[in-house]
Amino acid sequence: MTRGGVPFVAPMLALSIAGFLVPLVVLAAFSFSDPAGGFGLANYAKLFADPLALQVLFDTLALGFKVVASTTLIGLPIILLFWHAGPRERSLIVFLTLLPMLVSNVVRTFAWIVILGRQGPVSQTLAQLGFIPAPRSLLFNETAIVVVLSQIELPLLLLPVMAVLSRTDRSLVSAAETLGAGPWRILATVILPLAAPGILAGWVLVFASATTSYVTQSVIGGARHIYLPQYIYREVGVLFQWPSAAAIAFVLLATTGIIMAAMAMLSRHPRLASHG
Amino acid sequence: MAKSDRLYRAVVFGLGWLAVAFMVAPVAVGLVMSFTAGQTLKFPPDGFSLRWYTALFDPVRSAPIHTAIWNSLQIAVLTVLGAFLFAMPAAYGATRLKGKVSAIVEPLMLAPLVLPTLVYGLAALIAFSNIGLRPSLPLVVLGHVVVFGPLMYRACIAIAQRLDPSLEEASTLLGVGAFMTFLRITLPLMVPGILAGAFLVFMQSLDNVSVSLFLADARTSVLPLRMFAMIEESLDVRVAAISGVLIAIVFVGLFFARRVLEPSRQI
Repeated sequence: MTRGGVPFVAPMLALSIAGFLVPLVVLAAFSFSDPAGGFGLANYAKLFADPLALQVLFDTLALGFKVVASTTLIGLPIILLFWHAGPRERSLIVFLTLLPMLVSNVVRTFAWIVILGRQGPVSQTLAQLGFIPAPRSLLFNETAIVVVLSQIELPLLLLPVMAVLSRTDRSLVSAAETLGAGPWRILATVILPLAAPGILAGWVLVFASATTSYVTQSVIGGARHIYLPQYIYREVGVLFQWPSAAAIAFVLLATTGIIMAAMAMLSRHPRLASHG
Repeated sequence: MAKSDRLYRAVVFGLGWLAVAFMVAPVAVGLVMSFTAGQTLKFPPDGFSLRWYTALFDPVRSAPIHTAIWNSLQIAVLTVLGAFLFAMPAAYGATRLKGKVSAIVEPLMLAPLVLPTLVYGLAALIAFSNIGLRPSLPLVVLGHVVVFGPLMYRACIAIAQRLDPSLEEASTLLGVGAFMTFLRITLPLMVPGILAGAFLVFMQSLDNVSVSLFLADARTSVLPLRMFAMIEESLDVRVAAISGVLIAIVFVGLFFARRVLEPSRQI
């Protein structure tokens, strides 16, 4: 019984190949089929000649980077809190991280409509403090999308970091303290380098998720802010341009894939990996 | 020294809990909104009542929502079942593969978790319609099993790796067949992973928009797409009641699954 895992693995392997790999290959083939029936780069040429499509691609990647930056900024204090917390607090922080992550994306987006709406607490407070003349909706702009996506993707950044930190020996900090380092110095030279591989893993997840979140982008962005997921869905569901949708999907996959691979390679950098 | 210590602690604990509050607040807002007595979405709400829950459970007025809930529940339950049948044995088997084979198997099994589900939905639609399959409920289930099965695989492999092989050896030495040993020794030991995996798969399937968007036919409405439409068209307050129910499910499920979902085991 210590050998022979193959019969157990085979069904899922078959499912992954037939249900996952094959459709991806078909999608690739489809993206190269031109309207006349032959094969070629026509769909890609059309895409790269279209200024609107290029703008959408650029906006989407920019959105991904903005959300990565913003989740890092908001996530760092939580990471430090987790590092210094005792076992009970740690388990509370984990619970509070998993809770929003597992709540439906649609539900969280809906809650944000209430929060950022004209009658929501943010707009009311801003009006009362005199920052805006009258309460107004704060939705349908890019800042709102970045804020909402940051809250939604934050757990994806935190969980890999928490996984790394909970396996880390805290005596490293005591050692640094004994050697006379103050808390800020320990933060910069011990805690952050230890957390770095987790943070990079989190970046990959946040970037992938932010660039492809159909519901949040559509609802919070409104009709005026279009990103690649909406663009792809429009090509398929409204215009029935399957080959061109396939080409866009592949460009999305390739560009995010390259960026994610770069982030992943960075996390295997010897100076970072040695700490993990 | 001491002053810098105090400042550091104030900054870390102050900003840290503030950031945690930012992360959790929308869930709390969603829950509070579901009990509003008002006609519109306003926070804080105009008084509290169960009127939107009553409206949600009204069999006549909310019939389309009930259909969507029923469809989504069917899809989620079948997806969990499919994930269990494919991914649980695979996770067990993967721990018994030799180095090189498992280096190929592992990434292939987990790949669907990295690929954007929107791209997968499109790929599946094109591939399946090429072999003559039309969008339908079974096709959504198939897509969900492919995309969310890996969550079950990951939850189970975390447990399978820590199984004590001597328990199985003991069983085999006593003359119990390999299959019965798996069924009566290994499977019960894997239950925590299976339950955590089932919870993750269930919630993800219930919430999925991207795959359902492409693989569900026009007649088969599913819950997240129905909610999406209700939000876009009219900001129907019944969405708040649905949100309340979904948050409650997560809260209860997480309470029981928490120990197995700890981050050190999850990733």
